Amino acid sequence: MSDKKKKKLTPTQQEYQAFAKEREPQRPVLANCLKAFLVGGAICLLGQGIQDFFIWNFDFTEKTAGNPTIAVLIFLSVVLTSLGVYDHLAQWAGAGSAVPVTGFANSMASAAIEHRTEGFVLGVGGKMFKLAGSVIVFGVFAAFIVALIKTF
Amino acid sequence: MLQGHQSWVFPNKPTILSSATVVGPFEGEGPLANDYDFIHSDLWLGQDSYEKAEEKMMEEACERAIHKAGLQKEDIQFFLSGDLLNQIISSSFAARTLAVPYLGLFGACSTSMESLALASLLVDSKYAKYALCGTSSHNAAVEKQFRYPNEYGAQKPPTAQWTVTGAGAAVVSPQGDGPKVTSATIGKVIDMGISDPFNMGAAMAPAAVDTITAHLRDLDISPWEYDLIATGDLAM
Repeated sequence: MSDKKKKKLTPTQQEYQAFAKEREPQRPVLANCLKAFLVGGAICLLGQGIQDFFIWNFDFTEKTAGNPTIAVLIFLSVVLTSLGVYDHLAQWAGAGSAVPVTGFANSMASAAIEHRTEGFVLGVGGKMFKLAGSVIVFGVFAAFIVALIKTF
Repeated sequence: MLQGHQSWVFPNKPTILSSATVVGPFEGEGPLANDYDFIHSDLWLGQDSYEKAEEKMMEEACERAIHKAGLQKEDIQFFLSGDLLNQIISSSFAARTLAVPYLGLFGACSTSMESLALASLLVDSKYAKYALCGTSSHNAAVEKQFRYPNEYGAQKPPTAQWTVTGAGAAVVSPQGDGPKVTSATIGKVIDMGISDPFNMGAAMAPAAVDTITAHLRDLDISPWEYDLIATGDLAM
């Protein structure tokens, strides 16, 4: 816990939190890292395979094959999310399935599915960016700053 | 009547005449499967939203509890209930269907015991002949409201709990066969600053300990006088 967060707590709260922390089951960090590495790597390998497929079979160059590759990966992720498989994979893989583009697609598809019962406009339309929205906002903002730095 | 600082002792010993539980598929796979009155195989219960499914479970639990007590809806004076959703909608809409005078409670996980304590208080003080108390939660509806979308791939830590899909109801009456409610202790909210939504156990445990100690202090008894001291929440 950060020091700033700790300062807001009373001594009793701090004592209890230390007490509770000792007793809670720990995350298996090393195993999680290994799983994330394997799954994340496997997704990237799949992506590379798809990219090569586009380059060899169609009129794509290494640069232009990126877009259709991402589209295929997003499609696969959305299908797996819709079938209720992706969240189980993610529980096992952790960051391995969250960091690649498939994780981003999952965050949008899952929110869209979740809020379907509230209607298409206010539910799906309004809430599908619930999780992905911040990625887009800060992504665009960061890109803007980088562009400014590059320009001047 | 009040005993000690925060406990009620019920001299007339209200009886839990009947109780009923309706749960979802995951709970039905657990070790308590034989103790539930009804296990649904579908999280949706044929409804078009999880919130409506929760309401339906609540209604079913209430109907079954009333039926098991050999009563009619009209015999119940008050219905005390709550749940985890905004504006306790599942309970409120179940109360609409039941058409019984309704007291909505918002104790989150403590609602099951809060409603039982208040129902016993009403019955014991003769302000009600039959009081129905209950609570409900729905895993998918709660995940949606408090955490992430159900299909979102976020790794849950080992401390994460599964919020129950289920509803329970009980009929409390002044006499009859069944467990007696002899006393109740109302607990305080104890905030130890745990802010992790995936660690509800550590967040709630201090309040449980505080309430149990207060109960033993108010009633001036030792823990050994009980065969079993149980606590819990709307999760597993």
